[in-house]
Amino acid sequence: MLELKSLTKRFGDKIAVDAATFVVDRPMMIGIIGRSGAGKSTLLRMLNRLSDASDGHIFFDDTEITGLRGAARREWQSRCAMIFQQFNLVPRMDVVSNVLHGTLNRRSTFATMFNLYPQDDIHKAIEILDRLGIAEQAPKRAEALSGGQQQRVAIARALMQDPKIILADEPIASLDPMNAQIVMDALRRIHEEDGRMVIANLHTLDTARRYCDRVIGMRDGRIVFDGRPDQLTTGVARDIYGAGADFSEDATSTAIETLDRQQQETAKAKALV
Amino acid sequence: MTGTTLGQSFGVQRTADIQNAYMAMARTKRMYGGIMLVIFIALMASGFMLADSRNAGGFWDGILNVFDFPGEVLAEASEKAALIPALMVKFFPSLLETINIAAAATLVGGLLAVILSLLSTRGLARFPRLIGVFRRLMDILRAIPEIVIALVLIFVLGGGPVPAMIAIALHTAGALGKLFSEVNENASVQPLEGLESTGANWTQRMMLGVVPQVAPNWLSYALLRFEINIRASAILGFVGSGGIGYDLKNAFSWGQGRYDEVAAIFILLFLAIVFFDQLSSHYRNKLVGKA
Repeated sequence: MLELKSLTKRFGDKIAVDAATFVVDRPMMIGIIGRSGAGKSTLLRMLNRLSDASDGHIFFDDTEITGLRGAARREWQSRCAMIFQQFNLVPRMDVVSNVLHGTLNRRSTFATMFNLYPQDDIHKAIEILDRLGIAEQAPKRAEALSGGQQQRVAIARALMQDPKIILADEPIASLDPMNAQIVMDALRRIHEEDGRMVIANLHTLDTARRYCDRVIGMRDGRIVFDGRPDQLTTGVARDIYGAGADFSEDATSTAIETLDRQQQETAKAKALV
Repeated sequence: MTGTTLGQSFGVQRTADIQNAYMAMARTKRMYGGIMLVIFIALMASGFMLADSRNAGGFWDGILNVFDFPGEVLAEASEKAALIPALMVKFFPSLLETINIAAAATLVGGLLAVILSLLSTRGLARFPRLIGVFRRLMDILRAIPEIVIALVLIFVLGGGPVPAMIAIALHTAGALGKLFSEVNENASVQPLEGLESTGANWTQRMMLGVVPQVAPNWLSYALLRFEINIRASAILGFVGSGGIGYDLKNAFSWGQGRYDEVAAIFILLFLAIVFFDQLSSHYRNKLVGKA
């Protein structure tokens, strides 16, 4: 379905992504983990064709994506939605208009310039918002919403594109634990109910373990791990993050349960003393 | 079972309500947009008709002759194309004078604009009650056309580059002051508080707290203004303040067979603007990149 062949990105003499190669044969939820600067974002941006690969190829259903130009490239982008860490909505436009931006590739420039969208699209946009639990926010400006709500608007925009793949670049890195969980649950549900492929850059291991069917670990631009979440042991994680023996994943966790666990452990430790 | 169905139908009902409410809002917006468009077109059309009816010649008769004059200039210039490089050399000193006027005016006007802008920015001003006064002062500086100030000064001081420089500097102070003060408004006040806590006075706070934050934007506006001032200084040459504008006026008004000079002067002006545009964008990028 999706195939990457030694995909490489160079910035000057620095190699951001070094010959990334993997095959995805069916829609699944994939988590990419690694330190900041490991090339995770660059990889996703190349998949969406926001930036061009220096070398290598991407194939999707036997079409070469890396070679697409102009309208064909934009058509691919509309089938391969992207969600960003900082949401990247248009702050001064209302929520529904932001969601309707997902249809830009299918509509004429002239109509969209005047914010004219078909009634069916508007209804569909609100239904998607309802599915994500934020339909009441429909007429508000995007900037008036909280971070978690804005990220769900961004997911709604992605769904409006009716994409085959959803790329999520650190979707929960700017959110509090409660909203992070809502957003990740939404992404998981979209994968399970609609059968779309989801590829998410994640910065916490427990999120990757909990939500993903497959985890890819990157270090200094190279893919150093590719396997099931249960194969992701603490030793492997240390390798991916290049950390020493003092590395504890709970320390980086943002999940609420981890906090409980830590408190329990602290309580236990205190009880023992 | 009943509960779920009821809940779902409630949900559907609610979604439908939101959809209808949003559609109504969208329709209202579209209607206003459509009305605005119709009014805009009507105003443009009626204004054009009115202006056209008051024109001496009439727009539709004149429009066909638009290219006659440039055509004549180009034809004559191309006939004497071989002479143009020599003429460009001949007019180069006047171009330098024009650029000199513009540079001095931008510098003097820019410094004045810095002071005026800091005095008229809310939250930074030395005398908050006088903000209005300084703003009106800048409005006045912008409102009076440069050419009027230049004419008055030429009458008082006699012809030459100094009246032109003063005239352009005054206008620049008003125009840049407004732009600078808009930049100042976006400056963070936290560094200022930090400096104030050390006992710094107003001038120190402005120079050390605000200027480092806003300098790249200031420079960018000042360089744009410099380009505008080169053109303004060329125009003021028409009223007798020297520089390349004076030569241009002579070449134009005496008419007979001097269009090659006109072409040479235009090429010089164009090259000067391109040169300073490139130069300014280079330095702007350098400053922004390092900041």
